[in-house]
Amino acid sequence: MSKTQKTNLMRLLGLGVVVLLALVPVIGTRAAVQDLFMVMTMLVLALNWNMLAGFAGLVSVGQQAFVGVGAYAMFAAVILWGMDPLMGILIGGLAAFALSIPMAFFTFRLNGAYFAIGTWVVSEIVRLSLAQWKALGGGTGTSLPKGTTKTMFGVPQIKDMLDVSSAAAADALTYWLALVLVLATLGISYAFLRSRMGLGLQAIRDNTEAAKSVGVDPTRLKALVFLLTAFGTGLCGALLFIQITRVTPEAAFSVVDWTAFVIFITVIGGIGTLPGPIVGVIVFYALQRLLADYGTSYLVVLGLIGIAIMLFARRGLWGLFSDRTGFELLPLRKMPPARAQ
Amino acid sequence: MIWVDTIVQGILLGGLYALFAAGLSLVFGIMRLVNLAHGDLIVLGAFLILVAATALGLHPFLAVLIAAPVMFVLGWALQTWVLNRVLGDDILPPLLVTFGLSVVIQNALLEGFSADSQKLSAGGIEAASLALGPVTVGVMPLLTLVSAVAVIFGLNQLFYRTALGRAFRATSDDAVTAGLMGIRPQNVFAIATGIAMVVATIAALYLGIRANFDPSVGPARLIYAFEAVIIGGLGSLWGTLAGGIVIGVAQALGAAINPEWQILAGHIAFVVILLLRPRGLFPRAND
Repeated sequence: MSKTQKTNLMRLLGLGVVVLLALVPVIGTRAAVQDLFMVMTMLVLALNWNMLAGFAGLVSVGQQAFVGVGAYAMFAAVILWGMDPLMGILIGGLAAFALSIPMAFFTFRLNGAYFAIGTWVVSEIVRLSLAQWKALGGGTGTSLPKGTTKTMFGVPQIKDMLDVSSAAAADALTYWLALVLVLATLGISYAFLRSRMGLGLQAIRDNTEAAKSVGVDPTRLKALVFLLTAFGTGLCGALLFIQITRVTPEAAFSVVDWTAFVIFITVIGGIGTLPGPIVGVIVFYALQRLLADYGTSYLVVLGLIGIAIMLFARRGLWGLFSDRTGFELLPLRKMPPARAQ
Repeated sequence: MIWVDTIVQGILLGGLYALFAAGLSLVFGIMRLVNLAHGDLIVLGAFLILVAATALGLHPFLAVLIAAPVMFVLGWALQTWVLNRVLGDDILPPLLVTFGLSVVIQNALLEGFSADSQKLSAGGIEAASLALGPVTVGVMPLLTLVSAVAVIFGLNQLFYRTALGRAFRATSDDAVTAGLMGIRPQNVFAIATGIAMVVATIAALYLGIRANFDPSVGPARLIYAFEAVIIGGLGSLWGTLAGGIVIGVAQALGAAINPEWQILAGHIAFVVILLLRPRGLFPRAND
């Protein structure tokens, strides 16, 4: 098979998977819908973190700040301002975006590894501050009012269409939103990385000095990625907590759930490759199911796999697969134009 | 008067944070390695002391003498077989490996010791206090601060007065040239991490005596330690002590105003200082 054929085959396969995923709420069980919802939201978080760490070189361990702020903004929109939860998702994304601007001003002053600590500290500050917000339950958190998700925009229509309960229709709606978010994040990441700015970003990653010398501005590009991924992460956080329906500072700003897992997913799948997080999230889910009976030992296994990957195969499972077989999905390499004979 | 007392208690608390941070500062100064597992390694040290103390019926201060060599070997092995492989220009691999290590240690401890809170029992000294002029201070907090000063003084002596210290500084400045002079950077790094783990064990002793600990408390200690290192300026050990005290005083003042603000006040002090002085108070290293 030629390179193009292989790429086309992968694209066809990808399209098939997307169609199948879109049909799950119609043909699948409710448990499958809920499981896949969690998988897809983790994937969105991982795709965003991969853009940050894998492409922009910004190793953040404070992504839970954006998940948490997204979730809290959504709750505020619903509970305090009486909005539809779907509107709340958008507000969640915007709130995370708004937070990312001052956060960038502060954390971009810190070099390399200390950037990681800076993002973590900011996220702790936001968590401790939101725990003081008494209208949203303070330190103990609060729940969405009963029935909010059942009357969410679009739920009655889905209920009639699929002939299911309101709760199942709400699950289907959040599921489809998660799928849309996955596709949009993948699509925008791909388009961005293939664009002039994306090329600049990869040039910075490969050689900062050389990139600067041809007029690429590293700080501006990195800041842009930081702000955009904050928006995506905030949207995803708000969506997640519509499904969870209860928010506490600990859960919304959990460094394990929203950052540690996300880092492992990306590293295992292949950091700095676009399909990496997809592979990673599948492995993550499989491990979680396989080792569900062994309590926390799956975290030990996950950590060991992550360490092994960093030691022996830095481009992760996808990197290994792609290097060995020549299959590519969403390739980022640009070929020089063919010369006329 | 209450303010003097608050500030004194804050300075004493800062001693504990400086102890948490000293090992981290040493490792960063020599090999630019940011060890995200440091907090969990301290907790591991606390469990080692606990096991040694209960198994042999020893006082925690004596149990440290058993735990410290074990931790040294552990640090040496970790650096030799894992961390040396990922050191390089790219900061991502060491960060991710130590992050993985943090999760592994935390959950392995959880499997082995359960989530129950533990405490090292040091007897009467825990409740003893001294009247120092207008304020009364606990003997344990005072001992913590004295130990922090002693550890940092000792590390500085090691750094500037011994052949090993010369090798540390040379490798830190230029590993390639140091290699030409017959120093093997890998060995130097392994010994440095071993020493950092001994310091972590001392920190673990005071952590375990002064408060309850369980396998999950590592990251919270780590964040204070990092704040102390960064505030102090990268690579400066006395700076780390100053950084620890800044965090301790800020937390004590925050707590005096409203108990809910204790942790928040420490974090905010960190942010404010870095906004004013991006490279910390006493920067030595140039990165």
